[in-house]
Amino acid sequence: MRNMAAIFKRDARGYFTSPIAYVVIGLFLVVTGIFYYLMLRSFLQYSYAVMMQRAGVSVNVNLMMVRPFLLNMSVIVLFIVPVITMRSFSEDKKAGTMELLLTNPVTNWQIILGKFFASYLLYIVMVSVTFIFMLFLFIWGEPQFMPIFIGYLGILLMGAGLIALGNFISSLTENQIVAAVGTFGATMLLWVIGFAGDYAGKIFGSILKYLSIVEHFDDFSKGIFDTSHLVFYLSLMFVMLFLTYQSIESAKWRG
Amino acid sequence: MIEVRNLVKYYGDFPAVKDITFSVEKGEILGFLGPNAAGKTTTMRIITGYMPATRGTVKVAGYDVFEHPLEVKKRIGYLPENPPLYMDMRVRDYLRFVAEIKGVDRKGVNAEVERVAELVSITHVLDKYAQKLSKGYRQRVGLAQALINNPPVLILDEPTIGLDPKQIIEVRELIKSLGSEHTIILSTHILPEVSMTCSRVVIINEGKLVAMDTPENLTARLQGSETVFVEVEGPIQDVLGAIEKMEEVISATVEQRKGDEVGLFKVQARVGSDIRKKLASLVVNSNWGLLELRPEKLSLEEIFLKLTTKEEELN
Ligand SMILES: Nc1ncnc2c1ncn2[C@@H]1O[C@H](COP(=O)(O)OP(=O)(O)OP(=O)(O)O)[C@@H](O)[C@H]1O
Ligand SMILES: [Mg+2]
Repeated sequence: MRNMAAIFKRDARGYFTSPIAYVVIGLFLVVTGIFYYLMLRSFLQYSYAVMMQRAGVSVNVNLMMVRPFLLNMSVIVLFIVPVITMRSFSEDKKAGTMELLLTNPVTNWQIILGKFFASYLLYIVMVSVTFIFMLFLFIWGEPQFMPIFIGYLGILLMGAGLIALGNFISSLTENQIVAAVGTFGATMLLWVIGFAGDYAGKIFGSILKYLSIVEHFDDFSKGIFDTSHLVFYLSLMFVMLFLTYQSIESAKWRG
Repeated sequence: MIEVRNLVKYYGDFPAVKDITFSVEKGEILGFLGPNAAGKTTTMRIITGYMPATRGTVKVAGYDVFEHPLEVKKRIGYLPENPPLYMDMRVRDYLRFVAEIKGVDRKGVNAEVERVAELVSITHVLDKYAQKLSKGYRQRVGLAQALINNPPVLILDEPTIGLDPKQIIEVRELIKSLGSEHTIILSTHILPEVSMTCSRVVIINEGKLVAMDTPENLTARLQGSETVFVEVEGPIQDVLGAIEKMEEVISATVEQRKGDEVGLFKVQARVGSDIRKKLASLVVNSNWGLLELRPEKLSLEEIFLKLTTKEEELN
């Protein structure tokens, strides 16, 4: 436990004492902020028009504003996660510090979980900052809180799977760029696989749809908490963590 | 303390270590000597549990590395070939981190960092970022890291590489002083280093163990007087001619002309031919003056060269 905490602390500090955390958070805020602004503008126009027509009727903020924004965010994180996780193992492999970790009384799992939680922390902070946008909605409208909460929970659960995926790919190479590009390719694949599902045959199509990472977020964005999606995201996370373990072990055997 | 048995390591099809067996007693400093690509780093990485062996066993303090890796890792301080530093950390934070994963008592972490920093004289750079340090200082931080928690076994892969001459002497002194309480394996290309610091030497070449002995014995073993220096008073060309004619002599050269009729000759003869006696009688029988006759004291460096070239000839 203490070993894992030490590795977690070191990696988390690595993120937050270097520009990477601030670049990632800043970039994410700018991109989500732009979409937020555009959506908010059209939402206000629309609700104004509705109000003019039928006095006393207000537009559902959750449905018209929160949901599209969350759906949007669920795609943007696919682009950002590779940047977060690219260094987690690659940097240690390159700098030779993997040799330090592997020759000290630390287990593979302590290393893997310490690193996972450090990159996941950055993800959580990054996503949480956008919560400010949601708070503004309470000024202009009366959104329901629960669906927003469930939506954010969904983003975080999806992130757990994605971050574990990125960590796994980072454990395969000592080149951070390769890790980033590889992870990007993987997240894109998990995204477009859903579109492909529309065109594939019935059974195969539903399998593809099931694998699509964004598809599982749809219910969350509606404020619906369905355990099957929870299971999907957690399974993705566990499978990826397990693969990371295998990758570290096989790297040892190869030398 | 350390037992390496029939160690074999393949990288793919390539055998980097071919059946190496040796052991190190408690309190011993073992020198690991070998040219580039001999398999020193590979062997050390297997002992430290960084990578598994293809065949063979390694035991440290009675624990098998493969079966009880954590027990072994707890007892080893390891300085890898490239000091494993986090460049984006201050030295102090780095050493604290190492202390934590080595299980140093929470309250004792700062004191332990100070202690090892003092030992390798890096106290004044503790608050610098590793990135800003020179190669020599990085090496010292690497050494400090290995000493944290005072492990009974130290595995040091080329500990003096990158240091300046003064630092080299300091580090050798340090290693020697650690030797009384620790069991140490150090690898090096630098041969005098071995005779200065080690109580025993293992010479490996192309993954094979070529020789294992004390530095003194190794020197003696090859002292079958292959090379002899003889200083003779007499006509230089005649003397040279006579020596060359001797049956046991492989070659003879004039090392130094000390006067018209005095020369220092370097004579190479077959091992075990007892050339000194025969040279002496040759000189005396020819009525020349025998001024000096001494065997060349072989440096480890030459032994090393010999051992490794012999090995090549066999292949
Ligand atoms: N990870 C690896 N994968 C493949 N081959 C390797 C690997 N590491 C080392 N080798 C090969 O194994 C052989 C022994 O290498 P090793 O690093 O153990 O030698 P060394 O004695 O430490 O040499 P040096 O004095 O140069 O440090 C070399 O031929 C090297 O090319
Ligand atoms: Mg080496």
